[in-house]
Amino acid sequence: MLGLGADRLRADMNRLLAFLFHQGVLDEQFLQLQQLQDESSPNFVSEVVNIYFHESEKLLRNLRGLVLEREFSDYKRMGIHLNQLIGSSSSIGAKRLTNICVAFRAASDQNNPTACLRALELLEHDYCYLKNKLHEFFQIEQQRVMAAGVRYPIQN
Amino acid sequence: MVKSWTPRLVFLGDGAKILLNLWKKITGNSCKIQHHYYQYIGTKRVRKSWWWKLLVIWVVLWTLVSLWVFWYMSSQAMEKRKETLARMCDKRARMLQDQFNVSMNHVQAMSILISTFHHGKSPSSIDQRTFAKYTERTAFERPLTSGVAYAVRVLHSEREQFEKQQGWTIKRMPEQTPVHKDEYNAEALEPSPITEEYSPVIFAQDTISHVVSLDMLSGKEDRDNVLRARASGKGVLTAPFRLLKSNRLGVILTFAVYKTDLPSNATPNERIQATDGYLGGVFHIESLVEKLLQQLASKQTILVNVYDTTNSLHPISMYGSNVSDDGLQYVSTLNFGDPFRKHEMRCRFKQKPPWPWLAISTSIGILVIALLVGHIFHATMNRIAKVEDDYHEMEKLKKRAEAADVAKSQFLATVSHEIRTPMNGVLGMLHMLMDTDLDVTQQDYVGTAQASGKALVSLINEVLDQAKIESGKLELEAVQFDLRAILDDVLSLFSGKSQEKGVELAVYIFDKVPETLIGDPGRFRQIIINLVGNSIKFTEKGHIFVTVHPSSGGGDGIHRMEDTGSGIPIEAQYRIFTPFMQVGPSISRIHGGTGIGLSISKSLVCLMNGEIGFASIPKIGSTFTFTAVFTTACSNTSELKNHQINTQSSSVSSEFRGMTALIVDPRTVRAKVSRYHIQRLGIRVEVVPDLNQVFSSIGSGKTVIDTVLIEQEVWDKEFALSTLFVDKLRKLDHGVPPKLFILTSSVSYTRSNSATSGVYTPTIIMKPLRSSMLAASLQRAMGVGNRVNGRNGELPGLSVRYLLLQRKILVVDDNNVNLRVAAGALKKYGADVVCADGGKKAISLLKPPHNFDACFMDIQMPEMDGFEATKIIRDMEHKINDRIQHGELSVEAYENVHDWHVPILAMTADVIQATREECLKCGMDGYVSKPFEAEQLYLEVSRFFHSVADQNP
Repeated sequence: MLGLGADRLRADMNRLLAFLFHQGVLDEQFLQLQQLQDESSPNFVSEVVNIYFHESEKLLRNLRGLVLEREFSDYKRMGIHLNQLIGSSSSIGAKRLTNICVAFRAASDQNNPTACLRALELLEHDYCYLKNKLHEFFQIEQQRVMAAGVRYPIQN
Repeated sequence: MVKSWTPRLVFLGDGAKILLNLWKKITGNSCKIQHHYYQYIGTKRVRKSWWWKLLVIWVVLWTLVSLWVFWYMSSQAMEKRKETLARMCDKRARMLQDQFNVSMNHVQAMSILISTFHHGKSPSSIDQRTFAKYTERTAFERPLTSGVAYAVRVLHSEREQFEKQQGWTIKRMPEQTPVHKDEYNAEALEPSPITEEYSPVIFAQDTISHVVSLDMLSGKEDRDNVLRARASGKGVLTAPFRLLKSNRLGVILTFAVYKTDLPSNATPNERIQATDGYLGGVFHIESLVEKLLQQLASKQTILVNVYDTTNSLHPISMYGSNVSDDGLQYVSTLNFGDPFRKHEMRCRFKQKPPWPWLAISTSIGILVIALLVGHIFHATMNRIAKVEDDYHEMEKLKKRAEAADVAKSQFLATVSHEIRTPMNGVLGMLHMLMDTDLDVTQQDYVGTAQASGKALVSLINEVLDQAKIESGKLELEAVQFDLRAILDDVLSLFSGKSQEKGVELAVYIFDKVPETLIGDPGRFRQIIINLVGNSIKFTEKGHIFVTVHPSSGGGDGIHRMEDTGSGIPIEAQYRIFTPFMQVGPSISRIHGGTGIGLSISKSLVCLMNGEIGFASIPKIGSTFTFTAVFTTACSNTSELKNHQINTQSSSVSSEFRGMTALIVDPRTVRAKVSRYHIQRLGIRVEVVPDLNQVFSSIGSGKTVIDTVLIEQEVWDKEFALSTLFVDKLRKLDHGVPPKLFILTSSVSYTRSNSATSGVYTPTIIMKPLRSSMLAASLQRAMGVGNRVNGRNGELPGLSVRYLLLQRKILVVDDNNVNLRVAAGALKKYGADVVCADGGKKAISLLKPPHNFDACFMDIQMPEMDGFEATKIIRDMEHKINDRIQHGELSVEAYENVHDWHVPILAMTADVIQATREECLKCGMDGYVSKPFEAEQLYLEVSRFFHSVADQNP
């Protein structure tokens, strides 16, 4: 009974991942991340992702502040923040966020405040979306882990 | 275009020198022309009008020349014609004049005759009959006269007597009215009116006998004539007039007959007084001239007119038709002995002048030649212009083609790169899919799909390489590398496959090949991988043998790949280096691949200044040979070399030094290869062909045999013997019995053997032999004990693990997420990871002495980027090394390391960017793309850590 539930949950997880892949939200780097998770670090992925969200929220806050300053848009600092965000996003395989960040960076390179604002809004929207989806994913995983007892890791 | 070249000839004669000078001048000029011409090349229009003008000038000039020639020649002809006319005219005039003079002289002679015989005699001895007869008979002497008559001077006082004496009255000359010949009647004439004197004709030639008794003084012309004749004493001429009776045009010549001989200077009055009578001759000019002209040839070519021009305003025509013709005319004067009268002859050609055909044809010829030359010039210029336009067109097309080529290469590169990214997604998903619950068929499908995906990715990589090579963007680096290590790596990559197939894969490098070379190890690897990969693909049984031996030249080595595969069909041999060419369509179906590998290899070999070639016999095998030029590592790098040897192989060598191994192998070449690999570890090697010999060599007791390596072949063949052999070995009393190893190249053997032989299992060493793997196996066998080392043939992921195990690695990245991921990845490979979140922290951690084996550093960091941090670290290391060398710092304090140099690898997300050079410039040792790829990580890391076994604590 329990085994079956675990399998179903695992299928759900895979479906969700496939959906995110299909939408272009995630890329294979996320899989690589999952592969790094093993007995020695059972919660590696969720740890990394949590750090990512923590850092990203800070960066997004800063970015919003910078963009809303309007007159004195500090493009250099904006660029640094964006680079950080790009780096971390690509590390966890958040493909769509990476792409938006690249567009954002291009807009800031061109000193285009309206484009920056638009990119920022899109970025926040997608960030929330990703966050929700990954939360969902980890919830399912949590359930699965509970259902499967102590069967680590996901991938053998 | 004018070609300008100076011939390199040696002329000897002076003439030749002049010729040479002339030639130089000409070429010089032509150069100038060319130069001049090139100046115009910029603007086409100007150039065109330039030669158009020249053409027009040319045509006009030659038209003028031909016209001039025409004019000149026709004027010459005209001149000649004029001369001819003048000559003919003069001739005629002279003749006429001469004949006239002859006649005149004769008439004068007759006048003397009259004065002598008529007036001198009394009575006269001449009467009319005599006169007529005489004149008739002497007419031939006066060809121009039609008749002669004599008139006497009769004064009025003597008239009556005279008339009585003659028997007729003196008659008056009839009025000059047109009188018809037939109507003329002498009897009807009036008697002459009374005047002071008369001059009636008394004698006349028969032809003009009708004038007898006519008074000459009564006719106007005759009277003038008579008066002038007696006054001058010379012959005088009348103007031409219509003659009596005959009514034809004629002139009368009159001579006076004097009574006495007058002196030549007598006055006219004396002459008049002395006059006795007048002799007159009638000249029929027309018929006379006609007669005269008939005597001459070419009468018909010219027209002759004779005029009396005494009154120049109204010349009286004496002969010839009065044709008004303004053509060519020549006038020659006639002198008939009468100064009062002037006559002239006008000659004209009967025909119009003929067309000057010669002149016309010559000038037209000249014009035609000139036009032809002009046409040729025109055609040439047109052609040049056309060729030039074509050339420009070609140039444009060429540029476009080149641009298209560049665009193609870029497109290929971009597309390949773009395809790689989603392909990774596909592969990842497939990987995930494999982990789900699948039945066997599904597993198979997914496996196939994944294999295809991998093939596609490798194809894309190859295409990317090809595009890079074609666009010339591929540059070889020159770094120091260990040829043997690379070949070992390649062998390890293929060991799995070769073991599966049971094909023996071996490498043999001659001792003379230097330890380290300078070149591009990555590309060299690629070539070897391509060639060996091909060999493996096509070889089902037998061996693949890679040898490297130095060529006599020095730096370049000759690399041979020999296999016992299916060989290359002869008809396909010529195109195997052409990209995307395969032997046949079935090949790609059976063996896969794109056929691009050999082409890339060839290009790479060419870049290494080498050559590639092959010899292949179908069903026997192929041998690929290539040369590559590498520089030998020079003395200044020997330090580094020593360092490397110290850290890597020396530890191994020292461990095994002094040991002796025995190889049991009947095949000499294979034994040689095995020996080569074992010798690399510093072990002394002996070779014997079979097991029996082992004992003899062990038994000789000279040396202690520590290990015995037996070929699987021998072991299987003499299986019964082998058990015995093992027992025997154990019994040998040398304290420790020699370790027994079996060399095999087949995986299946490992499994089956370990399963069946329960008695004593010798350690199995999988071929291909590699020094590191061999060392590890030996170490395990001697140290740890009997453990099958089955790891060497596995995937690079595990190889990375193999390399990174227990390494202490510093990861530097400002981004926490990245830091965690990188650290996780490296931990996964077994490394001991320390994290640093910035360049400064990294510097403090890497300050010697430290115990980090390597450092992975992010390039883009806000405070201090990777390049800067690396520079500082390298500076630091350099200073410390210097101080150690100078003895300022003790080596002991720095863990006995003389040369601090921690490998620093850049981590970057931009792989395409030419960051590699920049990395190397800053003192980094390499770079890895940020989401770690096992393969790449392995490649980079393997350059520093050759084997985990080397430094196993």
